[in-house]
Amino acid sequence: MTATPQTREHRQTEFEDNDQTPVGFGRMLRKEDPRLIRGRGRFVDDVQLPGMLHLAILRAPVAHARIVSIDISAAQAHPKVKLVVTGAMLAEKGLAWMPTLSNDVQAVLATDKVRFQGQEVAFVVAEDRYSARDALELIDVEYDDLAPVIDARKALDPSMPVIRDDLEGKTDNHIFDWETGDAEATEAAFARADVVVTEDIVYPRVHPAPMETAAAVADYDRVDGKLTLWSTSQAPHAHRTLYAIVAGLPEHKIRVIAPDIGGGFGGKVPIYPGYVCAIVGSLLVGKPVKWAEDRSENLTSGSFARDYIMRGEIAATKDGRILAIRTNVLADHGAFNGQAAPSKYPVGFFGVFTGSYDIEAAYAKVTAVYTNKAPGGVAYACSFRITEAVHLVERLVTSLALEMGIDQAELRLRNFIRPEQFPYETKTGWVYDSGDYEATMRESMRIAGYDELLAEREEKRARGELMGVGVSFFTEAVGAGPRKNMDILGLGMADGCELRIHPTGKAVVRLSVKTQGQGHETTFAQIVSEEIGIPPADIEVVHGDTDNTPFGLGTYGSRSTPVSGAAAALVARKVRDKAQLIASSMLEVSVADLEWTKGAFQVKGDPSSSVTIQDIAMRAHGAGDLPEGMEGALEAQICYNPENLTYPNGAYICVVDVDKGTGEVRVRRFIAVDDCGTRINPMIIEGQVHGGLVDGLGMALMEFIEFDEFGNCLGGSLMDYLIPTALECPDWETGHTVTPSPHHPIGAKGVGESATVGSPPAIVNAVVDALHPLGIRNIDMPMTPSRVWDAIQGRPRPPV
Amino acid sequence: MQVTMTVNGDEVTRDVEPRMLLVHFLRDALSLTGTHWGCDTSNCGTCVVWVDEQPVKSCTMLAAMAGGKRVRTVEDLERDGVLDPVQEGFMQCHGLQCGFCTPGMMMTARWLLDHNPDPTDGEIREAISGQICRCTGYSTIVRSIRWAATHENASHIETAETAGSSS
Repeated sequence: MTATPQTREHRQTEFEDNDQTPVGFGRMLRKEDPRLIRGRGRFVDDVQLPGMLHLAILRAPVAHARIVSIDISAAQAHPKVKLVVTGAMLAEKGLAWMPTLSNDVQAVLATDKVRFQGQEVAFVVAEDRYSARDALELIDVEYDDLAPVIDARKALDPSMPVIRDDLEGKTDNHIFDWETGDAEATEAAFARADVVVTEDIVYPRVHPAPMETAAAVADYDRVDGKLTLWSTSQAPHAHRTLYAIVAGLPEHKIRVIAPDIGGGFGGKVPIYPGYVCAIVGSLLVGKPVKWAEDRSENLTSGSFARDYIMRGEIAATKDGRILAIRTNVLADHGAFNGQAAPSKYPVGFFGVFTGSYDIEAAYAKVTAVYTNKAPGGVAYACSFRITEAVHLVERLVTSLALEMGIDQAELRLRNFIRPEQFPYETKTGWVYDSGDYEATMRESMRIAGYDELLAEREEKRARGELMGVGVSFFTEAVGAGPRKNMDILGLGMADGCELRIHPTGKAVVRLSVKTQGQGHETTFAQIVSEEIGIPPADIEVVHGDTDNTPFGLGTYGSRSTPVSGAAAALVARKVRDKAQLIASSMLEVSVADLEWTKGAFQVKGDPSSSVTIQDIAMRAHGAGDLPEGMEGALEAQICYNPENLTYPNGAYICVVDVDKGTGEVRVRRFIAVDDCGTRINPMIIEGQVHGGLVDGLGMALMEFIEFDEFGNCLGGSLMDYLIPTALECPDWETGHTVTPSPHHPIGAKGVGESATVGSPPAIVNAVVDALHPLGIRNIDMPMTPSRVWDAIQGRPRPPV
Repeated sequence: MQVTMTVNGDEVTRDVEPRMLLVHFLRDALSLTGTHWGCDTSNCGTCVVWVDEQPVKSCTMLAAMAGGKRVRTVEDLERDGVLDPVQEGFMQCHGLQCGFCTPGMMMTARWLLDHNPDPTDGEIREAISGQICRCTGYSTIVRSIRWAATHENASHIETAETAGSSS
């Protein structure tokens, strides 16, 4: 595998010189944009149907309490209220509970007790948004308070109340134990190490907080028994199947439409109780019902991310050779285990915590517990817990570097898996497909001017200023995944794709995945274009509608390009194969005598004898002869089952200045060099990387879903849950290397979450590097001024 | 109560509840759904529109307070089939991904360029600092607005109509 380092200057050339109308790969303006910049996107809350009613949800004011009684009579008497529903009423229909993505159950509306602040207790359907809200005030719920379990570290203490007493025989708050690697071999490696570094690292609870909150419009037609559901869903097909199972509606009578989606970041993977309430509301009233949560509902009840409390240990020889990594993790899954990950992977892909290094042994043990907090453990662009794994290993490697007095980049370069070692099986059984980590690291150092930065840091240190340089190198495992071992609730993680070439040579391609801003309508048109030679502008991309697209598991875990992108390429090749047979008949030569020149078949050695794909499309639909036994039309469909995951990687360098007087961290520069394999649209890739970097900066410096001792969520609005603005962000610097995935049809690896995964440890490492002269070796996120100040004063506080 | 205002040049009169927010008035009563709603607390700025030529967060203003005033929304940026340079800039420089914050960002950007035709990057960042974009990391938004600044009054803006679907 050879890497092709591309310079930053090279990227700028690519940016400026492209004609913007490539046939295939290259920079191209997005097909989505003309409607979005005119305010003509269609988001779920934009859907207005005749006679539509509005739904609002009453939520628990406390974290843990038994429901004594609920009086809905006053709400029912409100003149504009059409329906009031409680958990007890849902229970009569068998709809009070629904399965989570991890085979746990979650209450749609609480029946016995409430288990987190913000849990759904009842809903109202009324003529307008305001009246529905008014009526919530008229519902009288009597609660009998119970002691809440807030700190995961205490959840397994026998004195703690049992949160999930709904589960038969449940006597504690334990969910699962999981381990990977070889404990004995790891212990042996640690025993003979010259240096061992141990760190307690907390990856606090954060929230995807997309700008568009969750929403649904359910429209049940009583005559034909068909339910149409517009919803903010990253996975419309999986949702439809689950609704069929939960609600008992036949699957062919459910149509899920995910229209334009205002950001997802994993937060729109689960099925929320609000969606089910909207469906129930429409079933009972017989009219369309809209539910749109407000920001506080989104932040307090929507799926959180992270919440891993990790102790990590790293062992090395005295010359800086990493021998082994070991970790013990306490995972806080909230009140219901709603983690989104393949069934056999209860900790997602955390097993890649060995990082990008060729080590001798590794071992991890994870214990997951229930707490009285919002359920989930989904995502926020984390590639199924790879964010936590990468953060752990990259923090440990920098800690080791600082402990040993070896430069952070140098220590990584000494321990990288080498290009010739791919495919490389890690000590936890993951088979990395490709990469040239040294080339990627060196490219990042070149763009950063790494040596000059270190010199500047030393000068500033001598003057008493706190400047830090942080390095991280990540390897992700994305594109879940091979059906033989990956499913979600029994649904295999393969994705379908259909391609139809119309008689005039225009095309429509139908996807199972769903964009939330990633630009699928552009990227997938380019993938098909690259294979079939039709300009992207002539290819319509249909997605986000279960009645009009093939089955597949949706967009999350950076899986769209690795899985669905492969499907799009292969379905186009299948169509091209048929086109070649038709071309041989049209040109009256054998198939073997034809060669493909993107967009046409020509007779080898005779460029004047050729037929374009458009000519062939017309023949396929026309009256002329087709090869013996061939059916008309020019179309195909496939379902792609990935052979392996893909392994994008990258080298990130962060430069920070820390204000000694206030503890404020300023990210001055951030350099991200990514290797996502073959690059389809460099403009979109750069955008994906930028977006991940701002996610990472937010988590590193300010984002935190915090709770007080009573279980009150302290991050319940955008005044409390801080998200970076333009003022906190530097002008991101990007670069790339290209090592195509050997098993992916076009060599693409996925990039949607790379920067979210890779950037937080670079920022923390930079701050730790800045504060190291003060004797500080660890600081937990979010590195707010007060937390940094406390650390400088020698009073660090781990986040709870 | 009855409220009358000018929206995108047209006078509109509607019966509304006194408590109705301007953002809901625009979206639900007038079906101008280009203006979005993203928080309850004036933090996100997806709801920015102009009221009497000033950008305001329409989630923090009652429809009644806009009575007698001129309201301009994203739907009015394009004039006679010609895109505003700000709209063109966002497309050219990948200043949007999901597109949810985009209308509010563009309304603020238009106001900025009307008052400061050649802003520095720092001035652009300051101008949009009351608004949140979760997708782009802001660099491409800054580039988009700078693109618009350098292409104001340019004659080739009409190419925008076919962006993404040109042959």
